Amino acid sequence: MAQADAADIAPEMQTERNGRLTTADGTPLKAALRRAERRRKFAAFLLVTPLLAFILAFFVFPIAQMMWRSVDNPQVVRALPQTLEALEDWDGETLPSEEVFAALHADFMADVGRPRAEQVMGPLAVRLNYELSAARSAITRTSRQVADFQPPYRDEFLDAHRLWDNIELWRVIEREGRPLTSAYYVAALDREFDSDGNIVLRDENRRIYVQLFIRTILMSAAITFLTFALGFPIAYYLSILPTRYANLLMIAVLLPFWTSLLVRTSAWIVLLQQQGVINSALVAMGIIGDDGRFSMIYNMTGTIVAMTHILLPFMVLPLYSVMRTIPPSYLRAAKSLGARPSTAFRRVYFPQTLPGIGAGGVLVFIISIGYYITPALVGGQSGRMISNEIARHMQQSLNWGLAAALGTMLLVGVLVLYWLFNRLVGTDSLKFG
Amino acid sequence: MALPSYATTGDKIWYYTFRVICFAIFFFLLAPILVMIPLSFNAQPFFSFTREMMTLNPDGYSLRWYQDFLGSDSWMRSIRNSFIIGIAATVLATTLGTLAALGLSRSEMPFKGAIMAIMISPMIVPLIISAAGMFFFFSQIGISGTYLGVVLAHAALGTPFVIITVTATLVGFDQSLIRAAASLGASPTRTFFKITMPLILPGVISGALFAFITSFDEIVIVLFVAGPEQRTIPREMWSGIREDISPTILAVASVMVALSVLLLVVIELLRRRSERLRGLTPG
Repeated sequence: MAQADAADIAPEMQTERNGRLTTADGTPLKAALRRAERRRKFAAFLLVTPLLAFILAFFVFPIAQMMWRSVDNPQVVRALPQTLEALEDWDGETLPSEEVFAALHADFMADVGRPRAEQVMGPLAVRLNYELSAARSAITRTSRQVADFQPPYRDEFLDAHRLWDNIELWRVIEREGRPLTSAYYVAALDREFDSDGNIVLRDENRRIYVQLFIRTILMSAAITFLTFALGFPIAYYLSILPTRYANLLMIAVLLPFWTSLLVRTSAWIVLLQQQGVINSALVAMGIIGDDGRFSMIYNMTGTIVAMTHILLPFMVLPLYSVMRTIPPSYLRAAKSLGARPSTAFRRVYFPQTLPGIGAGGVLVFIISIGYYITPALVGGQSGRMISNEIARHMQQSLNWGLAAALGTMLLVGVLVLYWLFNRLVGTDSLKFG
Repeated sequence: MALPSYATTGDKIWYYTFRVICFAIFFFLLAPILVMIPLSFNAQPFFSFTREMMTLNPDGYSLRWYQDFLGSDSWMRSIRNSFIIGIAATVLATTLGTLAALGLSRSEMPFKGAIMAIMISPMIVPLIISAAGMFFFFSQIGISGTYLGVVLAHAALGTPFVIITVTATLVGFDQSLIRAAASLGASPTRTFFKITMPLILPGVISGALFAFITSFDEIVIVLFVAGPEQRTIPREMWSGIREDISPTILAVASVMVALSVLLLVVIELLRRRSERLRGLTPG
């Protein structure tokens, strides 16, 4: 059937040998078509390749590598290979035998011989210290004295630092003596290993991250709700105005959208701080006393206000583009059929805006959940979000494994949300400006 | 939309209340940005309106913060850095992004969904995560604290915008024009520069503008990847806010607001031109 059609359209095609269609040079038509298609596919792919390679190399790969850090655990394996081997027969209950301590001594001595840049005891000390405080001092002090140790090594080690007498240290060495670890995730969930190796909740005063995740989610939800509450009326108003006026008023939405993030954040500092515009105006008007100035910034209020302002355009723009497409005659029809304005709005208009609310809501939520700059500048202590904690571990405490674990959890959350968003509304509804 | 003549009192009340609410929200959007402009002319180092300013006494106003800004080496260097990095990142992002958009909008493109997802990802992933990843990777390959590193990072962040805007322009693109050019004997390169490029140019330019703004306004990557030599305007503002917040920040901010107004106008003009070319709105 298809062959007959093709022959009608292209009479210059020749039917040869076993009755198959061929092109002028004798190749079968099907093969020639397939080749042409492959060539076009290849050409299209060739256009995409440079960017794809670039994004994979400089964006996807670095992030994958960072995620890998959250389970990568090379320090103990690299520093104590002989000790770990000797520990294989250890019962886990009593202090290890002299044999283990001799292996430990050999591992320490091996490190003494290495050039400074390749030494592994420093990273080991840092790594063990995450699991057991005081481990750092045990390792560094022992490193200084180890060259003078004489057998039996066990007593020498116990003399150098009392932590070597602690079964817990040995359990940590055995547990973390594997190339992969779950320890960073355990810590990121406010849990730790107890002395039997079970995962248990940390002491109340050392629980930080779960609470921070919850706070981040709650703050993002509050910001999303506020942008919705403020964005819905103005998007509606813009959508019922004649285009000329709507475009003019749109400037009020677009100007903040295009203004630098740091400019908008500093604007809120200027407005909200204790000596700022709002407080000074209130004092000048005699509404509050000079010592009664509100603290509206460097706390959660400041973060929420500033972020609502910064993210409001991301809610208004998708809402507006959806509302523009809703014919006003629907509302009139509902009213003419006897619906009260509130019923008409609730049952006819509002349901049609849901795609816009979904798009704007998820957009604002995704952006705010990973926000860093504004909470860092105006958040103070109570307005901190999870990104600030990631940045702190990256730059100050240098616990990169924990930063990677927190980052991976945040990233997975955002990707799941984005995936849901795509299922619900599709990326096509993302428009800028 | 005016009130109909049969509106009840309740309708009228609601009509005006709604407008008051809307204008209050517009005020909330604009006021914080606009309030900085008069304050940047404050003669005193305060963040509030002085009595002299309120009475429009010329002594209450001065250009000292603008002098501070224009006379400071570090601010001037940050402006230069922002433009160097922004322009280089834009050129890279626009070139790669336009090529990729051309490929992605062809119907025979294989694995379109997956490739699109990878290319859009820099827009979705929280900046702190991108910054963390690049921080490790760039120091491993030795481009941490170099212009190259910041430019590559910013180009990666800018490409999704180029892809989205150029793909959107290509949706309305009439493919038969390319066939017509080819049938008249034009080579693919010639077809691209003579036919395709002029038609998709508004999309490319607005994509480039987005990429430039992304780089120009970006701070998280700069905080993690850039060295002291590559401090950009947002980076300088960041330390200005964190260390000693002086009204110089307001002078800088006012200049930046002026820049965004300019940008807003350019984008609006481009949008209108593009709609006219595609016949969406009559001339």
